[in-house]
Amino acid sequence: MVEVQRTETAGARVIGRVMLYALLILFALYYLMPLFVMLTTSLKTLDDIRGGNLIALPEQVSFDAWIKAWSSACTGVNCGGLSGNFWNSVSFVLPAVAISTLIGALNGYVLTMWRFRGSDVFFTLLLIGCFIPFQVVLLPMAQTLGWLGIANSTTGLIFVHVVYGLAFTTLFFRNFYVSIPEELVKAARIDGAGFFRIFWRIILPLSPPILVVCVIWQFTQIWNDFLFGVVFSSGERQPITVALNNLVNTSTGVKEYNVDMAAAIIAGLPTLFVYVVAGKYFVRGLTAGSVKG
Amino acid sequence: MNSSRADAALSPPPGKKLRDYVETALPKIVLGPTLACALVFVYGFVLWTAWLSFTESRLLPRYDLVGFIQYVALFENDRWWIALKNLAIFGSLFIGICLVTGLLLAILLDQRIRAEGFLRAVYLYPMALSFIVTGTAWRWILNPGLGIEHLVRQLGFETFTFDWIVTPGMSIYTVVIAGAWQSSGFVMALFLAGLRGVDDSIIKAAQVDGAGPVRIYTRIIIPSLRPVFFSALIILAHIAIKSFDLVMALTGGGPGFSSDLPATFMYVFAFNRNQIGLGAASAMMMLLTVVAIIVPMMYAETRRQHRG
Amino acid sequence: MKQRMKMRTLSALALAVGIAFAVPAAAGEVEVLHWWTSGGEAKSVGELKKILESKGDKWKDFAVAGGAGETAMTVLKSRVVSGQPPTAAQVKGPGIQEWAREGVLANLDDVAAAGKWDSLLPPVVSNVMKYQGHYVAVPVNVHRVNWMWANPEVFKKAGATIPTTWEEFAVAADKIQKAGFIAVAHGGQPWQDSTIFEAVALGTGGADWYKKAFVELDQKALNSPQMEKSFATLRIVQKYIDKDAANRDWNLATAMVINGKAAMQFMGDWAKGEFTAAGKKPGKDYICMPVPGNKGTYTFNIDSFIMFQQKDPSAKSAQAHLAAAIMEPQFQEVFNLNKGSIPVRLGMNLDKFDQCAKDSAAEFVAASKSGKLVPSWAHEMAMPPANKGAMFDVVTGFMNTPSMTPKAAAEKMATAGAKK
Repeated sequence: MVEVQRTETAGARVIGRVMLYALLILFALYYLMPLFVMLTTSLKTLDDIRGGNLIALPEQVSFDAWIKAWSSACTGVNCGGLSGNFWNSVSFVLPAVAISTLIGALNGYVLTMWRFRGSDVFFTLLLIGCFIPFQVVLLPMAQTLGWLGIANSTTGLIFVHVVYGLAFTTLFFRNFYVSIPEELVKAARIDGAGFFRIFWRIILPLSPPILVVCVIWQFTQIWNDFLFGVVFSSGERQPITVALNNLVNTSTGVKEYNVDMAAAIIAGLPTLFVYVVAGKYFVRGLTAGSVKG
Repeated sequence: MNSSRADAALSPPPGKKLRDYVETALPKIVLGPTLACALVFVYGFVLWTAWLSFTESRLLPRYDLVGFIQYVALFENDRWWIALKNLAIFGSLFIGICLVTGLLLAILLDQRIRAEGFLRAVYLYPMALSFIVTGTAWRWILNPGLGIEHLVRQLGFETFTFDWIVTPGMSIYTVVIAGAWQSSGFVMALFLAGLRGVDDSIIKAAQVDGAGPVRIYTRIIIPSLRPVFFSALIILAHIAIKSFDLVMALTGGGPGFSSDLPATFMYVFAFNRNQIGLGAASAMMMLLTVVAIIVPMMYAETRRQHRG
Repeated sequence: MKQRMKMRTLSALALAVGIAFAVPAAAGEVEVLHWWTSGGEAKSVGELKKILESKGDKWKDFAVAGGAGETAMTVLKSRVVSGQPPTAAQVKGPGIQEWAREGVLANLDDVAAAGKWDSLLPPVVSNVMKYQGHYVAVPVNVHRVNWMWANPEVFKKAGATIPTTWEEFAVAADKIQKAGFIAVAHGGQPWQDSTIFEAVALGTGGADWYKKAFVELDQKALNSPQMEKSFATLRIVQKYIDKDAANRDWNLATAMVINGKAAMQFMGDWAKGEFTAAGKKPGKDYICMPVPGNKGTYTFNIDSFIMFQQKDPSAKSAQAHLAAAIMEPQFQEVFNLNKGSIPVRLGMNLDKFDQCAKDSAAEFVAASKSGKLVPSWAHEMAMPPANKGAMFDVVTGFMNTPSMTPKAAAEKMATAGAKK
């Protein structure tokens, strides 16, 4: 947090603030535009949508689409809406995010505070791994999971997400820990603190801002993932994105755009929730930063 | 950490020496599982794909080598070259726009703003929604007959035209618009975390020296965000290369196949057209391109950080 | 050698299936991969589930939507590779043969014999369901693809008559455009482009040439005057499509006809569902007719299920139940009423179906006798996916490249059709 306006005059400051807010609101409008379309569509009736004005406000507001999306829309033979799949997603996203974040934090800690010969090579190797297109790994992964006996199971899905999330979580923590002075750790070592003790007592308390970023990233990626979810989950344990896709992608059926849009927003709610909650920790991260400074 | 205990049991002399030994080995043991995963699930699978690219695999993988025919077929395919060109356009614009917007928004938000939490959520939410459906919303907005063009013309500007999405050669730019919309918020979050990690004492010192806000940002704060730039760049490059849902939902690769990207090309050929061999060859070309561009950059960056 | 092994497994399986089928065995579970996930389609599959459950089997739903089953095929490949294929999967056309060649499919000859499939299915259909003379797949329904959906109101306002040839089409379309309507409602997606093109080609070159070109992939037929003429006609049709058509979903195009913004659409009979949902009546609010020049011909699109080999005896018996249930008249009626298609079984009572479906059924039989019943290549019924994909590229490329001549396009079609 920088107080850059300190040296300016009061008048210039007011103008500056106004422009600042104007700019922020302008951006906000741009970002909100598609959400506006989705929200209004979800509140319209199908006849209204068929009428052709996709961008216009609804003629009459109706919440039927939301109720249908949650509890009665068909996503295959089961017409129970998205509610079941919602909990399926929760059951594998939480462990996958937690495991990959924890391992990432430890990796980042080693790569910055306990460097050894070859640790840079290791990091580079790991990062190149980010760029492997996921479509490429589907078939060999299916075979591997088959061999391991965890094909089409929640365990298998968690495993896949952790494996392909590690590169990023490691990247986040490493790049954050790079800016923590090494002296802190050296001093603790001289005092006789061990590897894990330093991690828990010194490093982790400094990590909230990057933890938030990392969790946001992992949660969003895994929650919104479709490809792994559809390929590596079993029929009735399908995650919400697969159900959403089933709902939206009718091949030759009637398209109910209002239900589609409502379902999409429902599927996005947990991530939105994470962003709002995580927001607090950004602020807390700020306090941690000022304590450090 | 069972493995570390097992290691400890192997080396007989107890006391301080043993502890030192475990302490020096621990970091490597911690990295071990990640390394194993990377070797098997990334590099092992890349080798597997490389092998398939030299076979005639169609519906399912087959392992009899046939030489370079898939690469020859790939290079003779018009669609592949369009996809590559599009990746260059999309990649550079997408990364550039996201970095600039992300940094700008982060700096603006960092000025003790009211309702910061709300605005932050607004900038971030696009990432929360699945593009399977936001793609539909964007398609309507960008469609000349339904969206912006229609709206502006209704306002009285009869000659206003915004029909990129239906124009071959321009549709890739609409993918950039939607892509930047989706990802720039996260870049903002990264920069915001970085800005709040900047050491206040340095800034205060500069202010005492009489440096103005612009100067403080360009000379002190932004340069100190270098590792964040690096993270953002890697993440954005990764999104750009893997962009798949985005293209599929927005343009379906069209009009024609004018907005194809290598990722969509690969998927279509490997899975929809039962040409796994050709798909594997395109994946290998994608990977090689990435390695050629990213690796030198990445290596230089990690080295620089350690010296600095 | 491999082949013989495969045949041996096939016959062993046939035996096992036979036994399972003869003895009403213990309840098993069927896992069915399909992409009918919404509305009427999902309801239709629900019927199948009910029938199976009445026989004491358990249904494990495995629905994966997306395009024409493109995502589902990706999932299917992974499942087979991981060694856990589902009981049955929705696969159609030459795709059936490709899967059978991998040696993973079950032999359904006994179920077929018990259900007299050979006498109930037209040979054009049953041939597609067989690999080396053995049934490996079960057909569900027949869609007619070469329909034209017209809004008579718009034609009346424009003072045009509904065309039956491409010459009449051009005259009518001009009038419609002058009257301020869009003549042809279309979505610029590859499969929609090719859906129009295949109908144009069938009307231009006739059924025999169509089969030579698109089924046998005969090089001379592909790069021929007929093909050039077809592309030239496509160019004419294209003139009457509005410029915003790029990547428009087919149902939005149908909505344009329903709302009276556009006069006609060329689309398979699933479009009927949209008209019905909007409360429109066939013959009055909308008219279903063959595409201009397509009278007496019939391009079919048949959905079917392939069955994978099962190890567990109870799974095998459940699989046999599933295969038999799909062909039962009860299911065929309910399913097709929901989906807008017609039953694949010949000689069924069609009283509950609407006029478009009855016409479709009558023409199906007639075209089958006259040899003008042809598979729709745009809907993966005629050629391997690799060739189909390459031809999509040509047709869509032609539609989006005004400078491409019909001759150049015909040459490219020949390259696309080259057997790999």
